[in-house]
Amino acid sequence: MSTKICVVGGGSGGTIVANRLAEKLRPELESGEAEIIVLNDKPEQIYKPATLYMAFGRSELSEVKRPVEDLLDPGVDFRQKKAVSIDPESKQLGLESGETCNYDCAVLTTGSKLDMAGIPGLKEAGHHFYGPDGSEELREELANFESGHLVVSVMGVPHMCPVAPMEFSFLADDWFRTRGLRDEVEITYTYPVNDIFGLDTVANWARPLMEERDINIETFFNPEEVDSSEKVIHTVEGTEMEFDLLVAIPPHKGAELVKSADLGEGEWIETDKHTLEATRAKDVYAIGDAADVPTSKAGSVAHYESGVVADRIASQARGRTPSARYDGKTVCFIDGVDGNKATFLQFKYGEEPDLPEESKLIHWAKHSYNEAYWLTAKGLL
Amino acid sequence: MSQVNYDPDVIVDSRDATCPGPLMDLIGKVKSAESGALLELRTTDEGSKNDVPDWIDKAGHELLETVDQGDYWSIYVEKS
Ligand SMILES: Cc1cc2nc3c(=O)[nH]c(=O)nc-3n(C[C@H](O)[C@H](O)[C@H](O)COP(=O)(O)OP(=O)(O)OC[C@H]3O[C@@H](n4cnc5c(N)ncnc54)[C@H](O)[C@@H]3O)c2cc1C
Repeated sequence: MSTKICVVGGGSGGTIVANRLAEKLRPELESGEAEIIVLNDKPEQIYKPATLYMAFGRSELSEVKRPVEDLLDPGVDFRQKKAVSIDPESKQLGLESGETCNYDCAVLTTGSKLDMAGIPGLKEAGHHFYGPDGSEELREELANFESGHLVVSVMGVPHMCPVAPMEFSFLADDWFRTRGLRDEVEITYTYPVNDIFGLDTVANWARPLMEERDINIETFFNPEEVDSSEKVIHTVEGTEMEFDLLVAIPPHKGAELVKSADLGEGEWIETDKHTLEATRAKDVYAIGDAADVPTSKAGSVAHYESGVVADRIASQARGRTPSARYDGKTVCFIDGVDGNKATFLQFKYGEEPDLPEESKLIHWAKHSYNEAYWLTAKGLL
Repeated sequence: MSQVNYDPDVIVDSRDATCPGPLMDLIGKVKSAESGALLELRTTDEGSKNDVPDWIDKAGHELLETVDQGDYWSIYVEKS
């Protein structure tokens, strides 16, 4: 009997899991006993971590995207389709085109999307670096910004790459410093809870660095509305803040099918944190940003989870009991201190990370990884 | 156990979520609740016992009580 595996989403998690599966199930693919399909709503994959650098003119649009098909093993069947529903009972995906796609096992890796409309006025007055279009626009703004108040505001959690707003603040500090404009530009970083980050070790590392660089910190700051004509942010706490340039980390949301199939309470798929099985749907796995496991929405997480899920599905396809488990391994670089120094954090579920002192060596390690990313997506690294 | 029998309009069940999940869950629900609404946040995260009351104070709502339910805490808040 043939096993049909359908991966929904051709981003970081989707391509890595499909390629790992192709490698593990090579004999079954060749004999027709297994089939791997990847559905992605767009022809290309975006390498999101590079959009941070695009805003500062350090990376180009052409470098951040690749056709999904070019990243996939030749044994994987790529279809440019959007999945709009999933019925775990009949094991069927509904596609926007009106077609359906049956599966024996589905892997949902639909990532997260920006919800610019989630905060009234944000679309009109705010900028972001969380996608190529936003970064292109922000690049123009930054290039022409010579004085005033730059506000970097985290407008909701969870969001992709929890450390990216800090990285942006450090890079902006360096950007204006090297242009001799730092005295003309006030920088403020805002965060929703009562510290600058969710993990104490990271907050304790970053706070003095921000203070030394005159980056203002505002905590318990939850924007409710942005007044685009007056350029003022109004918060749930009843405070307000004026800005000249607003760089927001907009609220995030998941794929529509998560809600329509009731796969989780809110935007994310309720997922067993070790087996990565969707708890509300049989024979469905969730990896990457779409899953609600208690760690960061980071590419490294999608990467490590992909190995676990490929292993489990390959075992199941061969009639064995799957045993691979995800331990929460997460790795994030924090770059941009003085423009070219970085540190990194690594932790598993329940652990507080240790951070090495920031250095140029770690900065170059991050950039080497970024350069080599497309090999990771292909499952080669 | 509390002496008061609360009848919350909104229950925010954040058990098993770690910091800052419970507080962010509460903020989301407070945003959409009516003025005067009673909310109950259920949390297993010890840190919530401090940061949630701090936020309630900053945002000008009223903390009614934090009740130890044995395997989780209930934090009762009235939206101003
Ligand atoms: C500015 C920025 C910096 C970052 N920096 C880092 C970093 O330094 N390190 C790190 O580890 N992570 C970083 N990240 C996070 C990382 O990019 C994401 O966590 C990662 O891309 C998640 O992978 P994914 O496969 O879950 O989702 P994605 O890579 O977003 O892929 C999801 C895919 O699914 C497709 N899709 C969505 N819905 C459907 C549907 N219904 N049907 C079909 N296809 C669909 C989308 O088009 C997309 O191609 C950063 C993110 C940003 C925005």
